[in-house]
Amino acid sequence: MNSIVRVKNVYKSFGGNHVLSGASISFEQGKITAIIGQSGTGKSVLIKSIIGILVPESGEIYFRDRELLSAPEAVQDEARRHFGYLFQDSALFDSMTVEENIAFPLIETLHMRDRNEIRAIVREKLEWIGLPGIENTFPAELSGGMRKRVGVARTLALQPEILLFDEPTTGLDPVLAESINDLIVKVNREFDITCILITHDIQATFRISDYIGFLYNGRIEAEGTPESLGDTEHPILRRFISNSFVEREVEGCRDT
Amino acid sequence: MNQLPLVALIEELGRFFAFTARVFVGIFRRPYRARLFAEQAERIGVRSVPIIALSSLAIGMIFSLQVTWLMAMFRAETMVGATVGMTLARELAPVITSLMLIAKNGSAMTAELGTMRVTEQIDAMETMSVDPVQYLVAPRLVASVVVFPVLTAMANVIGLAGSYLVSVRMMGVDPGGFFDQLYWFVDPVDVLSGLIKASVMGLMMTIICGYFGFYSEKGAKGVGESATRAVVTSSVGILVADYVMADIMLKILY
Repeated sequence: MNSIVRVKNVYKSFGGNHVLSGASISFEQGKITAIIGQSGTGKSVLIKSIIGILVPESGEIYFRDRELLSAPEAVQDEARRHFGYLFQDSALFDSMTVEENIAFPLIETLHMRDRNEIRAIVREKLEWIGLPGIENTFPAELSGGMRKRVGVARTLALQPEILLFDEPTTGLDPVLAESINDLIVKVNREFDITCILITHDIQATFRISDYIGFLYNGRIEAEGTPESLGDTEHPILRRFISNSFVEREVEGCRDT
Repeated sequence: MNQLPLVALIEELGRFFAFTARVFVGIFRRPYRARLFAEQAERIGVRSVPIIALSSLAIGMIFSLQVTWLMAMFRAETMVGATVGMTLARELAPVITSLMLIAKNGSAMTAELGTMRVTEQIDAMETMSVDPVQYLVAPRLVASVVVFPVLTAMANVIGLAGSYLVSVRMMGVDPGGFFDQLYWFVDPVDVLSGLIKASVMGLMMTIICGYFGFYSEKGAKGVGESATRAVVTSSVGILVADYVMADIMLKILY
């Protein structure tokens, strides 16, 4: 087992509300790992702790055997350059064009100066996500799915080793959700990027991910490959899985 | 979350001073972003020229109208130039300029940063190892500190022009006396103290409005409340600071 990121006994609370109470999970290199759980169970808090937007009260987060939470800030910053994060609403800078958005990490983080080179990279990224020629549009003019793709392009510009997806398909219609899921698989296969996603789209999760963790009561209560979780003993996870599959079937019947 | 109000206040103050420190560190640390500074100087400065010109002209005219009427009782109408000139230079020009800019740019600053906070754009910057305080607030601060005194200087001149228009052209004050008293009573030091005040007020506006935007609560309501609090706090703040600075400057400059 070759884990690239490990989370150990992480605790985080807001006020008196204990969101994470001893969550531990490890993420394998080059794999797609999904964390599922009900809304408001702290899935976002968990991955925001991994990337450092939130600081847990206690616990350990390892990146390649290097503990980050107790490390000096410079080490944390260096480690976090290897991470990319796709926000739920893409978090594109709405005062900038698509081109400026994708160029932002190139200029500000990698300190590239050559305009032609930057432009070439932006064009290449846009072609890769299947949206060529939208350089001069503003994020507000794009649809939710397109914004998400541009968000992926922006995070890919930094060539991360690990990409975190915060509810990548929430709020998208089934067809778009499908295309975003395909994009996640493509990112994983083509660039060999470790993908970590949090979601409550159970069906898609079972299809695309290599490993699944079930977050409940602030802890990872069950984990395993999709096959092994299919016949889990955990009562709530069972209900969670069966409900989402039944729901989809009903939807499918209605369509036809 | 139930907390004692005093604890909450201390926590907020601590966060405010930590934010202020981050802004100042951000100004002096590389990379310097000249393009962002120019952009902000244009937004806060160049595009504010009409509104500042209009308000300072109005203040100069209204003030002269009242003062000429008052001075006429003592047969001292020629003192209008000196009175208006000195008050403008020392107090009115910086205060009016700052209040106008708080209403026009401070509120916008809070709303913009607040929206960026709420839509996670600020978090996104952090994940890309870009310090959002340095990227967003530092250029605004430098721009404000430079632009506020420039606009104040302009307000001085236009306010005096308004004063001349009303008292000399419309109310028949002798122009020779008007300028004679103006030169006699108003020192460069009066103008200087006004410009220093304007700079400090620009600094206060950016830090206060930037702070409220940066730590805005979630949602449209949160951003709106932040903007209101930012405008109220910075307006009251500059008035208090104005009194304190006036007191200090009267002691050390004269």
